[in-house]
Amino acid sequence: MSTVPLNEIGQEFVRNKIGLVGIGILATLFIISAMAALTIPLETLKTWNNPESWLEFPKTALPAWINLFLSEKIPEHKILTNSKDSLQSTEELTIFSQQFSVVYEFDDFPNDFIYEFTAKYSGSPLLQISVIRPDGMTVELLSRSLPYLESAVHHERVFSTDNAVKKNLILQSEKFGFLLNEISAEQIVFSESSVQKVLNGKYVFLIRLVGTSSENEIVESSLILGGKVFGFVGTDELRRDLSVGLLWGTPLALFIGIAVAIGSVVMGLLYGVYAGFIGKKTDETMMRFNDVIYALPALPFLIILAVTISNSIFVMIGFLMIFGWVGVAKVSRSMALQIKTRQYVEASKIMGQRSSKIILKHILPQLLPYAFASVAISVPAAITTEAGLSFLGLGDPSFPTWGQILHDASTHGAAARGLWWWVIPPGLMIAVTGLAFVFIGNALDTIVNPRLKR
Amino acid sequence: MGLKRYVATRLLTMLGVLMATLLLTIALVGSNMDVILKQGVAFQVRSEITQNAAIAGSFVNADEFEKFVQEQIDQRSKALGLDSPWYSPQRIGSTMYKILILDFGRATFLTSDSGSSDVKDILLEKIPKTVLLFTTATIIISIIGIFLGSLASSKINSKIDRVTSTFAVVSSSFPVWWIGMIMIFVFAFVYHLFPARATPSVLPSDPGYIAALLYHMTLPLITIVLIGFGSWAYLVRNFMIGILQEDFVIAKKTIGINQKKIIYGHALKNAAPPIVTILALSLSGSLGGAIITEAVFDWPGMGRLYFEAISVMDLPVIIGATYVLTVFFLASIFVADLLYGYFDPRVKTS
Repeated sequence: MSTVPLNEIGQEFVRNKIGLVGIGILATLFIISAMAALTIPLETLKTWNNPESWLEFPKTALPAWINLFLSEKIPEHKILTNSKDSLQSTEELTIFSQQFSVVYEFDDFPNDFIYEFTAKYSGSPLLQISVIRPDGMTVELLSRSLPYLESAVHHERVFSTDNAVKKNLILQSEKFGFLLNEISAEQIVFSESSVQKVLNGKYVFLIRLVGTSSENEIVESSLILGGKVFGFVGTDELRRDLSVGLLWGTPLALFIGIAVAIGSVVMGLLYGVYAGFIGKKTDETMMRFNDVIYALPALPFLIILAVTISNSIFVMIGFLMIFGWVGVAKVSRSMALQIKTRQYVEASKIMGQRSSKIILKHILPQLLPYAFASVAISVPAAITTEAGLSFLGLGDPSFPTWGQILHDASTHGAAARGLWWWVIPPGLMIAVTGLAFVFIGNALDTIVNPRLKR
Repeated sequence: MGLKRYVATRLLTMLGVLMATLLLTIALVGSNMDVILKQGVAFQVRSEITQNAAIAGSFVNADEFEKFVQEQIDQRSKALGLDSPWYSPQRIGSTMYKILILDFGRATFLTSDSGSSDVKDILLEKIPKTVLLFTTATIIISIIGIFLGSLASSKINSKIDRVTSTFAVVSSSFPVWWIGMIMIFVFAFVYHLFPARATPSVLPSDPGYIAALLYHMTLPLITIVLIGFGSWAYLVRNFMIGILQEDFVIAKKTIGINQKKIIYGHALKNAAPPIVTILALSLSGSLGGAIITEAVFDWPGMGRLYFEAISVMDLPVIIGATYVLTVFFLASIFVADLLYGYFDPRVKTS
């Protein structure tokens, strides 16, 4: 192994195509990380494992772009929050009304629809829901009074599966040319009037809160049209939006990989150089200890450590470092042994320079190219090991990584059930991140090790 | 340093490592073990007392009752030796001695297929299955790897060489277990060729068990081979390139010995030491690294046992399995060292 000056490495690296590809992928990953940090608040990530916060999302929905390849468009899951609100007051009555409009253009009925609202009111106002369909027909869905309150807040979800909705629809059965009894509400509302077939076009959902107090209002509301496709990567069995996990997984994986790689290379470098430089008994003892760590079965120990001590991501990084420095220490020791015999090192020794200074000034700089290559090469191993531990369910639950997404996929039998969008993206991300560093590492390696060039 | 001394030093180091591993394992799970054992005692005592109406009814108030229960628990713990902490020399000594003579005790939750809860029985049942899958895979991988690697090295920069190298780099960055999930998706869900779970549904006593086991083994085997052979071929290629640059090969070429004979006859023989070392290491490495792969495919071997033991915190099984895994690992490092010393005599003397 020869030592190459750093500026030469830079020049050679620019000529290395594979290395540049690696740098390109890495840059993309950093951009994704920045995007994740900017667009998705950390709070969303913290609620990853809380099923409460994912209720309005669909269960195991395919990615939305799948519709581009299908002739029969699968209904998309829509969460409508922008409503047109208005307030009408007469002497006796106050009517707070909301309008949600949606253009429905799919070849199948929605799964269901849910109106979720938080209202502040006094008394017992009447909640009326109706829908104006593309063919101009107005269908009444619900008309019921809310529980009596004295200027307090009420939260409720009205489901399309509600019996009251079905009863109201049956009362209007003269508007439809087919029997309604056996059909669920969403399949009636979104159907043509003569035959039971999807009717595409603009639907307007009208919600009215009719009460006596002028203070009545709907503070927060959303209308959810349940579909079978959602977002860029779909959702999982627990209704979680997978894009959140995938995007946030990028900075986490980069952090874990780079922290472990730098930590273990620095540790190994210092350890190996010190042992090689001091030599004799110290060297012998230090290398024996190195042998002991080398001979420990890493994965079983990592598992035991994660289970018994802590599965916090920071502690885990420390554990991964313990098993990562051994190889670097061996190589840097033998390199230090070589450099030690060079004349300028001998000279500074004779001049009485302190060992720490000789190591820092004369030996370590020579090893830097090797160190850079080893950092790049150790990153993929660190990322896959962490992913593996997370896959076994030993990951840090407060930071969902790609490995944990795959763990959930595996426990829900995603692969055998054909939920490919839950299995493929996280693994691809792991592999692509690993590849970026392998490319960079290989490029550096061929520069540092000219023997491999041919 | 003679061969005997070389072997002796290595053996001593290995023994030291084994002891260190054992001590470390006990140190890591020891406190948990104590807590679990004590909880077990407390639960047992409490249920015994509350079930006995005569004793439970004879107390005036709750405090008195609690005091009595506590006394009983302390007494029982003392009888079991739980009053001294797990790190007391006697307890560590006795635990380590028991493990060294392969007495791992009884599993807390897990049992073997035949229903025995003796950790030794469980391990003896699982080890052959791991060996069957992973040793077969490693042998196939090494055979493909050696041939492909030699082929690539004989035609540097040819299409075969480039494809092999690219495949090696790409395949090594995919986690095996993820490829396993993809394989399950493709071959169990899309094409229904192989079962998704690798545990045979028939009982081990059934005459068709072996056939079922082999059929269930196919998918994991293909996965491991697919991910493994690329990096093997790449390694062999790099060793061979080094050797093909040496003078004796060039001399043989100039006198006109044909390429095939040089590569497979002479060069490969010279590349043998590192290859054999890696073979020994990967044979053992497969046993430890199998934990996640076995968990994906639900293969009833050591890896899955380890995973199950961890998830229910079955400590005797964890300690036993760690010990066995370490012994395998160390044995293969030892064999690899010896082989290296045998092939390359310079190692022994330096």
